[in-house]
Amino acid sequence: MNKKPSLLESAACHVVLVIAVAFALYPVLWVVALAFSGTQTPSARVIPVPEAPTLAHLSAVVGAARKVDGAEVWLFGRQLANSLVVSLATALVGVLIAIPTAYALARFRFAGKESGVRALLATQMFPAVASAIPLYMILNYLGLLNSRTGLVVCYASTSVPFSIFQLRAAFEAIPVDLEEAAMVDGATRFSAFVRVVLPAARPAIAVTALFAFMGAYNEFILAATLLDKEEMFTLPVMLQRFIGEYDAQWEKFAAGALVVSLPVMALFYVAQRHLVAGLTAGGVKG
Amino acid sequence: MASVTVTALKKKFGQTEVLKGVDVRVPEGHFAVLVGPSGCGKSTLLRLLAGLEEADTGKIELGDRDVTRLEPRDRNIAMVFQSYALYPHLTVRENLAFGLKLRKTDPAEIENQVKRASDMLGLGALLDRLPKQLSGGQRQRVAMGRAIVRKADLYLYDEPLSNLDAALRAQVRVDIRKLHDELGATSVYVTHDQVEAMTLADVIFVLNKGQVEQSGAPLEIFDRPATKFVAAFLGSPAMNFVEGALERAGSAWVFRANGLVVPVDEATFAGGLEPGRKVTLGVRPHEVALAEGGGETTKLVVTVVEALGPETYAHGEIAGAPFIARVEARRSIKKGETLPIVFRSIHLFDAATGTSLRAR
Repeated sequence: MNKKPSLLESAACHVVLVIAVAFALYPVLWVVALAFSGTQTPSARVIPVPEAPTLAHLSAVVGAARKVDGAEVWLFGRQLANSLVVSLATALVGVLIAIPTAYALARFRFAGKESGVRALLATQMFPAVASAIPLYMILNYLGLLNSRTGLVVCYASTSVPFSIFQLRAAFEAIPVDLEEAAMVDGATRFSAFVRVVLPAARPAIAVTALFAFMGAYNEFILAATLLDKEEMFTLPVMLQRFIGEYDAQWEKFAAGALVVSLPVMALFYVAQRHLVAGLTAGGVKG
Repeated sequence: MASVTVTALKKKFGQTEVLKGVDVRVPEGHFAVLVGPSGCGKSTLLRLLAGLEEADTGKIELGDRDVTRLEPRDRNIAMVFQSYALYPHLTVRENLAFGLKLRKTDPAEIENQVKRASDMLGLGALLDRLPKQLSGGQRQRVAMGRAIVRKADLYLYDEPLSNLDAALRAQVRVDIRKLHDELGATSVYVTHDQVEAMTLADVIFVLNKGQVEQSGAPLEIFDRPATKFVAAFLGSPAMNFVEGALERAGSAWVFRANGLVVPVDEATFAGGLEPGRKVTLGVRPHEVALAEGGGETTKLVVTVVEALGPETYAHGEIAGAPFIARVEARRSIKKGETLPIVFRSIHLFDAATGTSLRAR
């Protein structure tokens, strides 16, 4: 039986935890300090607090505007929208393609199944950057350069194999008995899938979608290759522009990095309920 | 409710022939138990009845409906799974109502049926809980409830008690039989537990290697096993077997093996008695009695004593074969003691084929 820890043990434990948290958060706090510092160049500070605090960098990044076709465009808003739309569409398209594929691989026996899985695995051996030039040529041919659609097509095609592997394992972990029980109860295979398997796989689907979203949201190389109009940039490409060959605007980069992080943090906060594993616990024996 | 008729049913998985032409008939309202060791095909037969596997050849009829090629949902059956297979994201109430909703039953009727089933199984207080908030026994009852909430033609049970502890298993076994008597529904129950088979069944089908080895009422099969396999499978402790041969002793017949001589009743085994025929003698532990007076007796040297309370088992050897005798509970027996015993009843099986020599 566990005994209640003494005050001393509890205090020691908390001290260790505080040190660990400080260690993990220190680089982030340093970026925060930099983003709100009024000085021109970053200096090595032990305690990360802003020097001459200012919101100038933040407002410069967020308020950036530009004339496009004669009209004033809120650049940051466009770039944020680009990132969010592309990432959400990538997650949606990727998961929608991966779910039926993964389910078929998990449940059915059919000709070409094993070789198909091997081919999918093989695609994971090459980094996306290896196909950047062919993708550029294909998108150029299709007229999809500098477009959100082009980026979604590229991102979804690279995220689908990983999503399939992840969801296949999740579907395999769901007992076949559940579907069979539903079919005996009066469901078709499809409705058993929709009513029983999908709800049971919800945490895995949420995680898979989140990974696909994060992959697209953080991707830089393909976006930098396929986009050259500033109003079509995604946020990572926008951020990179603050680090030039001769000049690095670290304060703006830090301010931009903070703003770019916010949607992801919000997404994690909203999705955490779905990420809790173990929804299937109790459905079958045990 | 409907009768079940299975005719010449065959099923292969790859090169393995799991069912080799099975015939089963369960009259309407009867409780049938399919029993046999692992790999005998009993679960496959149940899944074929449910429509979860497709038969290679043969026919399955529910009443006068040929359901052999029908989807599970079109057969009007209900099934209790070994794993319970409760929908993890639905409450007990939603689990019970799932099948009725799929069949577009009127909501008021669903409410009535769920209440009826939950009252019968004592699930009233659990209706708003999720499966993960239930104990093993409660989950088992929900699985039962999900089956009985529907008015199915046939109820299938796939080893539903195998995940319960011994005490709960004994209680739920009685509950299942009570429920069957109350509902009068045609049921097919799969188990490898011969106690469940004996206590629950109106009719038992003993399966072995993809075939029905014997079928009939439980006591009929227990008392008159058609083969050595059936004799060995039903009964706990298992029947004792001694290999030997038949001989004439004057006008009578005897079984002789390595110093053991047992008289054989000619009328009981008429037609099967041939001098020199190699046979297996079968004696159930409870068919042994301690010899009180003199006369011909068999000696059992006791090597292990199991005192269970209501009965005591004496283990030893007879004619080189392990042998268990049941003796009255309070009779004091010690290891190493020699017990004079007689056989109240014997079984004889052909040594080569295992079929019973008993006249049918």
